[in-house]
This record gives sequence, C-alpha cells and structure tokens, in this order.
Amino acid sequence: MRIAVSDASFTPPRVQGRNTRKGLTTLSMMPPLEFIIKMGIYALMTVCVAGALLSVLFRNLFHAALALTGVLLGIAGIYLALHADFLAMIQVLIYVGAVMTLVIFAIMLTERFGDASLRQFNHQSWAALGGGILLLTFLVRMIQTTPWPVKNQAALASPAVTVVQLGEALLGPYVFPFEIISVILIAALIGAIVVARKDLEA
Amino acid sequence: MEFMDQIFVNLKSTVLTLAGGFLPPWAVILLCAAISLGVIAVIGPVTMMYLTLIERKVLARMQNRIGPNRTGPWGLLQPLADGIKMLTKEDIVPKNADRIVHLVAPILIVIPALLVFAVIPFGKNMIPADLSVGVLYFLSISSTTTIAIFSASWASRNKYSLLGGMRAVAQMISYEIPMVLSVVPILLVTQSLSTGAIVRAQGAYGGWGWFVFTPWGFAAFITFFLCAVAECNRSPFDLPEAESEIVAGFHTEYSGMKFALFYMAEFMNAFTLSALAATLFLGGWQGPWLPSWAWFFIKTYALIFIMLWFRGTLPRFRVDQMMNLAWKFLLPLSLINILVAGFWHFANPPLAIGGSIAMLWASGWIFTRLNRDYTPEKRTYLFGE
Repeated sequence: MRIAVSDASFTPPRVQGRNTRKGLTTLSMMPPLEFIIKMGIYALMTVCVAGALLSVLFRNLFHAALALTGVLLGIAGIYLALHADFLAMIQVLIYVGAVMTLVIFAIMLTERFGDASLRQFNHQSWAALGGGILLLTFLVRMIQTTPWPVKNQAALASPAVTVVQLGEALLGPYVFPFEIISVILIAALIGAIVVARKDLEA
Repeated sequence: MEFMDQIFVNLKSTVLTLAGGFLPPWAVILLCAAISLGVIAVIGPVTMMYLTLIERKVLARMQNRIGPNRTGPWGLLQPLADGIKMLTKEDIVPKNADRIVHLVAPILIVIPALLVFAVIPFGKNMIPADLSVGVLYFLSISSTTTIAIFSASWASRNKYSLLGGMRAVAQMISYEIPMVLSVVPILLVTQSLSTGAIVRAQGAYGGWGWFVFTPWGFAAFITFFLCAVAECNRSPFDLPEAESEIVAGFHTEYSGMKFALFYMAEFMNAFTLSALAATLFLGGWQGPWLPSWAWFFIKTYALIFIMLWFRGTLPRFRVDQMMNLAWKFLLPLSLINILVAGFWHFANPPLAIGGSIAMLWASGWIFTRLNRDYTPEKRTYLFGE
C-alpha cells in the first residue's frame, strides 16, 4: 500500500486529515490508533484532576503554583484534542506564559515563600466550600442541558477557523466582551500601580 | 535540482511505502510521526553540540585566537569530548535545595526548546507539522521557558540564582511583548498563522519576495531579532547569567549533565529563534538556484553568526538600559509598525513606499530623541565641593 504523502509531506496523515470527512473515516477505521488517542485524552484528564488536587493540597506555595501550571497545560491539551487549536495556543500563551509567571513572581516577592507552616484553612473555608458546590451544580446542570453540536458529524468535518474569521468575530459580534475585557485589564493595571505606590510611601 | 530539493521528502515516502507493504495502516501513521520525531530528536542535540564549537571558533577568531584545535581535525570532536566530560561529572545538589524541583527544572527547560522544532519549515514540503496556528504555537510554547528558569533559580536556594531568575523573568516578559507585536504585520499581510503559508507568501519575484525588503518588514525584522537575542539570554542581553555580577545566574548550582541541559536549551532556542526569524522575514526556504533546505540553513546560520558577532563585539547592557530598550523603543516602534503595514497594504505603490519609509524613519528618530539620556552641562556635586 502506498501512503499518499502530499503537500505537507512531513505531517502525519492523521493531522492532515483532521478537518476533512475523509480523514475522519480513515481514523475511525483504525481501532488501535483511536484507542491510543482515547488513552491520551484520559491521561490528560487525569493530569488535570491530579494537578488541581495537588495545587490545593501542597503546603508549599511554589509547588502549588507548579501544579496549577500542569493543570493549565493539561487543559490546553484537551482543547487541542477537541480541535480548538487557536484556543489551546492562547491558553498556553496567556495562562502559562504570562499569568502563571506573574503568580510565581508574586509568590517569590512575598515574605514567607516556601514556608511549610502556612495555614491552609481559615474561617472562610466553609463558605468557600459552599460556593464551590454551588458552582459545580450549576456547571453540571449546564452540561446536561446544553445540546452539544459535537454529536453532529457535519460539525466535526467543518474546516479549520482562519485568522480572518477570528478577527471578524472579535471585532464584529464579540466586540463588546472584547472591549470589556480590555477595560477590566486596564483597571487591574491601575489598581496594581496604586497598591504598589502605597507600599512605597509607607 | 528537483531531485536534490525533494531528496528527504522522497526518502521518507519511500520508507513509508516499504513499511506499508507489511505493516497495518495505523502502524504506518505512527511510523510517519515517529520518523519526524526521530529526526527532530537527533537534529536538536546535534545542532546544539556543534553550535558550541562554532561559537568557540568564531569568538576565538574575533579575539585573534585559534580556538579548540586539539580533538580531531579543526577541533571537530570537541563537542563529543565535552559531552563525555559532562556525563561523567559529579552531580551536586545543594543541601537546602528543593530536590524534586531542582531535578525537574533542567528537564522542563529542554521540552519547549525541542517542541518548537515541530513548526519550522526546513525546506519545501519539509515541515514536521504544518499547524494552522504555527507561529502562535511557537510563541506560546517558547513562553513557558520562563517557568522552568524560575523553578531552577528558586529550587537552588542560592541568592545569586534567585537574582538571576528574577532578571530572567523580568527580561523575558518585557521582550515577549515587542516580539509578538513585531510578528503581527506579517500575519496581517499573509492572513495566516501557519509557518508554511507565510513562507509560500514570500515566493514572489522568483523566490526574492522576502518581507525584509519592505519597510515594515525591515523594521519588524530588526525588532524581532533583537527580542529573539534577548529571549534566549544571549549577549548583550545575558544579564540573567552575568558572570561578573551574579556568578552564573539561575544555573549557578547546577553541574554535570543538568548544567549541559540548560546549555542545550539555550543553544536550541538560539537556533529555533533564528530559524523562525528566517522563516518570517527572510523567506524561509525561498531562494533561487540552491535546494530549498540549503537556503533555509544558510539563512539560519547567517543569523546565528550575527548573534555570535554581537557576543564578540558588544558589552553587556545594564538592567535599566535593557528595560528602556524594550519598553521605550521597541514596543512603540512595533505598534507604529502595525499601522505602517496597514498603510502599505491599502495605499498605492509610490505613496505606500514613500509614506511608510517616512513614517518609520520619523518615529524611529522621535523615539531615539525621547530616549536620550539627560546629561547636564555642568555637574553639580552636593557633597563633593
């Protein structure tokens, strides 16, 4: 049998055929490959859950931050598995590259970083637990009631989203949330400067 | 010519066709991925080994020395000797270090350095994975390096390591912003994030339609290349490992193979960033006469040579100079450059060329004027006189 190694020849056929109907049918004809992919997704989910638990359970703040980084990377992997390439890359760029770096920076600048005797519970613990359970029930309800279009074969075969479409979506229907986010970020920046200045004068 | 150009592509498809004779289809697909992975896993470390030799030779010539010449002809076996030395050295872990993070950090730093090889178009049809978000993939994966550097510096429990780690993070966060913004004009013009498509977009005029020949492309190339040098902590931006100030920065407490892994990541980053700069601005594998992969490696190694030239020529920046360059010069220039690229795209040719050169020149002049240090004509000494 001759494997068609077409234009992007160093790309494995699986990646090439990802967005076409033909690619999907060949994939579903290959049980071992499907099994490997499924195992990979389960491994990613395990990493996410384990990392989330560890980031709460670690007493050392730096270790907790590293575990959280693992969770964020795992979520990016799940996005990739769901064919949301752009979202996965943005997740890594923003959360791992920027936010987690700043979180770790903040941990370094606090007084007792790496102190094993930090308390993990305070008087707000029970309220936080209640809030968490509420959020969980809300999310479960949402997952159950949403009609997931992924069950539809046509949606799976849709072509990849181009940069042009993304740009049009951000400046068209989603322009309001987009602008709101920038206002929030500006507010956070000014807030950070105010807090830092107060510290300086004291 | 065509044969030489596609020799590696044909080699791979021949292997796959032969394997297809006795392997089930799913195994052939795995083999296809495994070949690309194997090639990258070999190219990365080998590039790093010989970059150390090239760096030592070039620097030696610039300093009127000969460089390594004892092991093998022209010192060609020097990297192997260094590798054996690194492997047999004692692995020292400080008593108060965080053992696990200290062990994991050098491994974590090599992973992104190897992963970014996946989207580099080494030649025509020779891209390991032509992702639709290739450039974004490169930038996001390489941005995770900061966390590994920070873990290394924190886990060492050494004040010099910590200072080096702080400097590294401050520097990498600062230079990431102008770096990403300098890529935006390319994305605007090509309307694609895929590295393969960006190279194909530069194929005009018989392979000479490189973006660096346009005014906005030139400005973006300079910005991107300076940021790339800063991102891989090379001289003159080597503040995180400034040996005259903070011993060796974040890898002070590392020895043996762990130390070698930091070096490996640094050299592989230098290679991949030069390769990305060549891909985005210098036309990647586009070019006349020679096979496409030869053009790619010529361009990449030319950029690496410029990096070595920087190291042989320029003294290290001060921290404030380094910060000023990123925030007060490169960042506004790359923002203006996005505007210029839009202007170039929509204006008529004569106006587009003249207007964009004028805009870039004027803004560059204004930013240099504004950044000029204030030097008083007469020094006033508060306590000296």
